[in-house]
Amino acid sequence: MIPLSWYLIFAAALFSIGLYGVLARKNIIAILMSIELMLTAININFIAFWRYSLEMQLAGQVFAVIVFAVSASEVAVGLALVISLYRRVKLVVADEVNLLKW
Amino acid sequence: MSLGMLIFLLMVVVTTVAAVAVVTSKKLVNAAMWLMVALFGAAVAFVLLQATYIAVIQILVYIGAIAVLIVYTIMLTRDPDEAQEPGINKQWPIAAVLSLVLFVGLAYFYYTLPQTDVLAPALEGELNAVSLLGQQLVSPNAYVLPFELASVLLLAALIGSIVVAWRK
Amino acid sequence: MADLINVIRDWLYNLMISWGASQDLAGFVLQVLGSILVVILCFVIVIALIWVERKLAGRIQDRFGPNRAGPFGIFQSFADIIKIFTKEYVTPTGADKSLFNIAPVLAMASVLAIWAVFPFAINVIGADVNVGVLYIVAIGSFGILAILMAGWSSNNRYALLGASRSVAMLISYEIPMVISLLIPVLLTKSMQLSAIIEAQRPWWFLIVAPTAALFFLISSMAEIGKAPFDLLEAESELVAGYHTEYSGMKFGMFYVAEFLHQYTVGALITIFFLGGWSGPMAASWPILGVVYFFTKTFLVYLVISWIRLSLPRIRIDEMLDLNWKFMIPVSFLNLVVVAVADRILMDLNLARWIYVGVMFALSMGVLLISLAIAGNSKPKVERVQFPTRPVAVSPQSDQSKS
Repeated sequence: MIPLSWYLIFAAALFSIGLYGVLARKNIIAILMSIELMLTAININFIAFWRYSLEMQLAGQVFAVIVFAVSASEVAVGLALVISLYRRVKLVVADEVNLLKW
Repeated sequence: MSLGMLIFLLMVVVTTVAAVAVVTSKKLVNAAMWLMVALFGAAVAFVLLQATYIAVIQILVYIGAIAVLIVYTIMLTRDPDEAQEPGINKQWPIAAVLSLVLFVGLAYFYYTLPQTDVLAPALEGELNAVSLLGQQLVSPNAYVLPFELASVLLLAALIGSIVVAWRK
Repeated sequence: MADLINVIRDWLYNLMISWGASQDLAGFVLQVLGSILVVILCFVIVIALIWVERKLAGRIQDRFGPNRAGPFGIFQSFADIIKIFTKEYVTPTGADKSLFNIAPVLAMASVLAIWAVFPFAINVIGADVNVGVLYIVAIGSFGILAILMAGWSSNNRYALLGASRSVAMLISYEIPMVISLLIPVLLTKSMQLSAIIEAQRPWWFLIVAPTAALFFLISSMAEIGKAPFDLLEAESELVAGYHTEYSGMKFGMFYVAEFLHQYTVGALITIFFLGGWSGPMAASWPILGVVYFFTKTFLVYLVISWIRLSLPRIRIDEMLDLNWKFMIPVSFLNLVVVAVADRILMDLNLARWIYVGVMFALSMGVLLISLAIAGNSKPKVERVQFPTRPVAVSPQSDQSKS
């Protein structure tokens, strides 16, 4: 009943909203949350293509599982960096972290 | 308007509203809660696509682990005068235009592509996706190498995040 | 008469079809009715459980329980409900109102949602998803979120501290719980709950994998926050933990969610290790299956209450040590041993009782070996031995001094 393009457009909408969040938010944790939104949109894309293809060979699901693992590890390391940054600078705003800027 | 389509539209509306609330919330904790709603909506989308295993893993990994981690970090790195400054950058109009252009382009592309105007093929008989997925993940002809690399990556991330956040 | 539930369901379905509803709508209305019925059943069960718990606690502690509100105090729960309903909702200043109000609802919802996949009898199940086990684990992690929200939005240092400690404990004990849960899944080769109950037909998993049952029991007791792991509500230390600032029905929801979670854990142990609804003649008479299910669950609930009322609380560092240094390695070891043994014994194609005996012996072996190894480790703190003094000195020996 639902054509494939509706799922893909929905995933594209989530991806664009996540992209706006990455570009427009100041707080680093908010940027990480927007990256999570983008990764979720990618997962929806993969699973939609898996479901609507005729061969049904599960590559989409395997890819989605790998994306879960990668995003979980990336969030863990990113948040560890944020905590360590907070201990040094007491601030987690992306603009203010510019010690290396020339 | 069958039940499946109704649930799909409801899910789309809820997830999109939640995603917009994530990127525009002033308070970070509210943004984290809206993120959980958006991820739960995505899990509903997975259930509609009949990938129940992926839906449950989404809830378990994202909402159960990652969202808790994010909320903890927000609590630990709170800025005392957070309420004064808005959470949005100076260049937010450019970001809005850029994401809008991307979305319109992608949507138009998907809408007019003839391959995407298909309906879902019927699942043949008993699809035991979970055991098939398990076999694909560990069989040498299929995806055992990415699987093992992902586990090494997780181990490296585990050790790395402990080392980075260690208090000396 | 025997197939009562299915008879009623089919009759309602045909009634709605004859009224002109489509098949989708009739099925949907039946599902909604079933959910409402299960929710009402859960609340009625909790009312009875609160009375049982208080009487049992009283008797174990050598006192009467409540015995004034009605004969044997059976109306005590209703008195409690009326009291909680009529209390005022106090929201602390500076609290995040939306999060403050959603947290008890989420805590309750996360427990009620687990009941959707329970098989009550042979064909009576809410949603027979093929990832039922994983669904239970995932929904359990919603409760963690509710606790975090409750502690954070109370704008109270003690609530936040209590919430952080309890979240740390809950996510730590999820790991041995999931690994012990993997063992019935391994032995059944499927994650569907009805398939797990079918696979326990000849022998319950309690006998085939007792170590898994024990570790699941212990980590579930940590998950629901019952003693000896009850520092979620360590009254003498943290006022009331994460639900310090809640009053009225919001606290009532946390309270009900706690009891219901204990009963739900009993139901999980029943399904995974005690055979679920199976029993004599349960396959042909589904109504008997429902009776067996609830009876076994109630027995496990009593065992959990019994353990809770007998043991003191353990400290948080001891508790985390127990988890990370003992339970996780032993659960992993148990999983590997059970997996390898299952594979080898299946290939050898032995008689059923030899298989069960070998698996039982292996599981007990793992448990005893790990207990022996853990017993040899030195404790962190040296316990000082004071010389024992008599508490009450008899008057004859006292007269010699005067």
